[in-house]
Amino acid sequence: MELNLAELNRTQYPIPAELQNNVAITSLSKIYNWGRRNSMWPMLFGLACCAIEMIATASSRFDFSRFGMEVMRATPRQSDLMIVSGTVTKKMVVPIVRLYNQMPEPKYVLAMGACASGGGPFKEGYNVVSGIDKYLPVDVYVPGCPPTPQALLYGLIALQKKIDGQSIITSDDVPWYGVGPSDPTPIPILGPDIIDPRQMDMIRRQAEQAARGGTFAVRELPAVAKTAAALPAQKAAPAAAAAAPAAGTMTPEEERRAAALARKAARAAKSAGEAAPAAAPTAAAPLPGGSKPWEESHDIREQRKAAALARKAARASKSEG
Amino acid sequence: MVLTAPDPNKVGTIEDAIADLKAAFPNDVSDDKREGYGGVIVSADKLLEVASYIRDTLKFDYLSSATAVDYLGEGHHSNDHMEMVYHAYRTTGGSALVFKAQTDREKAELPSLVSVWRGADFQEREAWDLFGIRFKGHPNLKRILMWEGFYGHPMRKDWKEAFYESEHKPFDSRWPEGHVYRAEELNVFGSNVKYPSDIDLSRLTDKSESDLYTGFGLGVDMTHMTDENGIQTDELVVNMGPHHPSTHGVFRMVMRLDGETITHLEPVMGYLHRNHEKIGERNTYLHNIPFTDRLDYISSMGNNHGYVLAVEQLLAKGAKYTPPTYRTEVLRVLMVELSRIVNHLWAIGFWLNDLGAFFTPVLYFVQERERILDFFEAVAGSRMMCNYMRFGGVFADLPERIKSTMNLMNDRVRDFDTMQFLQEMINERIPRTIDELDEYLTNSDIVQSRSKGVGYLSAEDAINFSAAGPLLRGSGVAYDIRRADPYSIYPELDFDVAVQHEGDMYARYMVRLIEMRESVRILKQILPRLEYTKGESVTSSFAYSGKIPLGEAYGRVENGKGELGYYVVSAGDKKNTANPWRYHVRAPSFINLTPLGHMCRGTKVADVVAILGSIDIVLGETDR
Repeated sequence: MELNLAELNRTQYPIPAELQNNVAITSLSKIYNWGRRNSMWPMLFGLACCAIEMIATASSRFDFSRFGMEVMRATPRQSDLMIVSGTVTKKMVVPIVRLYNQMPEPKYVLAMGACASGGGPFKEGYNVVSGIDKYLPVDVYVPGCPPTPQALLYGLIALQKKIDGQSIITSDDVPWYGVGPSDPTPIPILGPDIIDPRQMDMIRRQAEQAARGGTFAVRELPAVAKTAAALPAQKAAPAAAAAAPAAGTMTPEEERRAAALARKAARAAKSAGEAAPAAAPTAAAPLPGGSKPWEESHDIREQRKAAALARKAARASKSEG
Repeated sequence: MVLTAPDPNKVGTIEDAIADLKAAFPNDVSDDKREGYGGVIVSADKLLEVASYIRDTLKFDYLSSATAVDYLGEGHHSNDHMEMVYHAYRTTGGSALVFKAQTDREKAELPSLVSVWRGADFQEREAWDLFGIRFKGHPNLKRILMWEGFYGHPMRKDWKEAFYESEHKPFDSRWPEGHVYRAEELNVFGSNVKYPSDIDLSRLTDKSESDLYTGFGLGVDMTHMTDENGIQTDELVVNMGPHHPSTHGVFRMVMRLDGETITHLEPVMGYLHRNHEKIGERNTYLHNIPFTDRLDYISSMGNNHGYVLAVEQLLAKGAKYTPPTYRTEVLRVLMVELSRIVNHLWAIGFWLNDLGAFFTPVLYFVQERERILDFFEAVAGSRMMCNYMRFGGVFADLPERIKSTMNLMNDRVRDFDTMQFLQEMINERIPRTIDELDEYLTNSDIVQSRSKGVGYLSAEDAINFSAAGPLLRGSGVAYDIRRADPYSIYPELDFDVAVQHEGDMYARYMVRLIEMRESVRILKQILPRLEYTKGESVTSSFAYSGKIPLGEAYGRVENGKGELGYYVVSAGDKKNTANPWRYHVRAPSFINLTPLGHMCRGTKVADVVAILGSIDIVLGETDR
């Protein structure tokens, strides 16, 4: 892409008129991002149906090399962008995480299509991961089944815009400008079912519970939802406030439905009631103990955001001291 | 060609064959008398003898499909049991001899038919993996789609997945109440997982890889292996895939190499196993049509066709059934033949990628494909996932005008008259592309020297391995379902079955090339029929039919990649067969991989990718 100096030149410093086409003064982030955004090399890596549309996007009619993406690399070590083009299965997510870990930073993930974004039509399948964001941080989601080449191009342009907004002076929004290497994503284990190593503690707790004679509560309802399920499923009632004991007369189907309704109501009440950051436990007050395994954050983006916030706080206190 | 055609005086109809079979095995073969079912039930301990008799004496030499059904619960005619269903055909043509063997659910075991038809190999492994039926005498009974160590056999009716809601769709959470929530909100782990309650956390190691290598003879004693010069060597195990640019998706091959020569090759699949069949059993019959699009995503129209044919067979068992109108059939053939051209262009293009002509030929083929896709988009609403056919009809008639580009470079999208567009495409553009391809590639020295004599599969082996499509016809077996077991309006159309006798990669390439020409020939006959039937209805009152009569059906079509079959069972509750009891896809890409190891033995590593390319697989269909 041609370098537009006038566009790049964002400074108060006056440049003489005769030099304006030859000299630009800009920030390091800007010139660095300009280089990066226009040479995003995707990994040559297709999973399913979407890969065919990805190839169509690469070919002459749509041609994403216009955006600096013409070189598709078959090795993760030379690629900047992983286009997750298709259904991610449990069997395949293990190699995908390995590939992601082998990509050099800065690296980006684009979830192409409904399956990669959230499981898509195959979500209920026993071998299907409901979206690659369960394991990897996704930068851009492109909806569609499969997305048209135009949609994929739009997603790629959105990614370029995202890169434009990133700054190399702070490691808060992107992990790779911090000091030292960032942590690799733990590789899932193919056991009796797929095991996310980040959930090991939870599985252990559940197994201990089962060993003590309790239920191995894969399908058990969250306590909040359960108490709410006992309430008559009225949309108006702000749920979970009055805790009635579970009646046990409903079928599991009905219970789940009521529970979902109650949770919805609780969420609505929460967002309407308080705008403060959700640090304190919310509507789940009647819960004993306060351990809510189903609300534990496994989203890597949440974790990263929390880590960035903590770092920021530490820096602030340091500079004060 | 070594095949001897059976004497027509000796080989009779299916009824004769069944009578013959019952006479030969009076105590072990009986008619399947369930409502809507056909074929015979063979007692399990005589299955091997009966199968040999069917193959050798009755000349049903081609085992098309072998699949399992789990009959559990009320409403069936007998006790709970597992059943293997086999469809055998004669390569000289004709309809299927269906035979079944039943076994107990708890101790499910049947004799393996791999010694009779090697094409049963992967299909039996699949039945073991998904249904837990053990096959006595199977040489390599490992899981094939899921990994070793997975908990349970997921296609059993009593196995519930983590996101299980209820047996039938639409789920209550969607309709009529419509309280939509995310399934993972109700799962403790927040994702699509389910562990056995007695999970042993102390021994939680990933054994899926080490189990894969059993039978590979790793750790070879080097002292026993010396080459002709007396140099001690060792064999090397090399993995290719699941992430590899030449495996056409997430396919994996594990090879044992002696130098650069392959001594053993095993395909490993399941990396795109997205539970098509399990989901299909919860869906209504109609729901499954868009899912079939995603099987062989290059030619979704052909996938639709096979499935609607199967369900139409079931519908025909009911009292009030009218077959599709003539225009419907014309439209279906139009779409399917265009898909076949797209499929073969794509197959040849990617095969050339594997031979080293990296992406240049593909770019030329994609040009033509884009125009066909524009047509599909205008008619069905989507470029790839057309979801076009319905039971007894199609989704919509052709529009008056369509939007497309004439020239992919520097051209706007223009508005065309549909018939004019089709005429130009079929009479000029597609033949021109095929001629261009032919001119540049067929006589190319590089293509010929790389592909002639490589990846050989003899006619007997091709039949025995249940190979289908260009793989079978490239080995000299003129078996095309459009001619051998005709459906739709193919009997009245004039075309030849493409066949080559060399059995190598070049022969398969030639079969595809000739077949595209034959498709154009068919399309040219379709055009006047389109004009002639203008105004005729293309929808049917059965299109959105909720109730399907009881019974079984096997609908099969000649798809671009080979024989695509759908085995659909409507059973269980007599009042409510809104969703199929069993929905099985006989996937050509999956079964065509059975001879891959056989074809690759003794070739060089560099040829393996090209041999795989010449089979032409698509992973959505291989793994389903």
